[in-house]
Amino acid sequence: MIRVTRKLEFSAAHFYHNPDLSAEENRRIFGKCNNPHGHGHNYVVEVTVAGEPDPNTGMVLDLKELKDILQREVMERMDHRHLNYEVPELAGQIPTCENIAAAIWRILEPQITKGKLDRVRLYESPDLFADCTAEPANGAGGLA
Amino acid sequence: MKSGIKLSLTRRYRFSASHRLHSPNLSDQENERLYGKCSNPLGHGHNYVVEATLTGPVDAATGMIANLGDLDPFVEREVIEAFDQKNLNEDVPEFRKNVPTTENVVREIYRRLSKFPAARLERIRVEETSKNSFAYSEECEGEQGMTERGAK
Repeated sequence: MIRVTRKLEFSAAHFYHNPDLSAEENRRIFGKCNNPHGHGHNYVVEVTVAGEPDPNTGMVLDLKELKDILQREVMERMDHRHLNYEVPELAGQIPTCENIAAAIWRILEPQITKGKLDRVRLYESPDLFADCTAEPANGAGGLA
Repeated sequence: MKSGIKLSLTRRYRFSASHRLHSPNLSDQENERLYGKCSNPLGHGHNYVVEATLTGPVDAATGMIANLGDLDPFVEREVIEAFDQKNLNEDVPEFRKNVPTTENVVREIYRRLSKFPAARLERIRVEETSKNSFAYSEECEGEQGMTERGAK
């Protein structure tokens, strides 16, 4: 099996706020990320597809196809957007690294038809990233 | 939250420290042969990078596996304050007897950070230089001393 990774970068605004909590609790939990005016990041996404190379092409999948999928499904949805308001897949969720990585996984998984989506890594900064992968067969470490 | 996926969160930290690779169980000649220039009695130093990977349920109220407001001060207290701008052989009690190779450093950092109460520590990776990195994870714990070693 070969893993193929393609990278993309998008820039977006967000802030952290849970409407079920008081203003004071929001400030305590989210700190400066709670600023209602928002702030932004240059997000970097690494999308990894795993599979066997096609004997005819030598490719797991055509990277041009993957690039087009990422442009259509991720860039057009998220680049220069406000993640709290403009991305339906994040509606009702706090746009943390974890939730954005999971949303991108769910958007991309059905779109990858050659090979299998193996990992979505979302960097909010060079020092902070979330990884989304398929849940292991034994169910360890899954989502609540 | 739907099932079928697994999430982890990774945060990178930095510290700078000096060390010397020298085993008291070996002769000076053997130390010199084994550790080469790393055995220089006056020591040398590195800018280390620590990558901590955490897993666990995403808290629906916060959208987070772990709040950096909790994690950063924990790592600062447990690792950075103890290791940064220190001599690992002299200043960190665990390395008085154990040679502060990055294999031993990564296990010691794993031991310290595995006490983080709010999420499960999955893996620690330490870059000694941009060309050498060492990783230690829970699955290595059963296999005493097993550390992934990566070199560019």
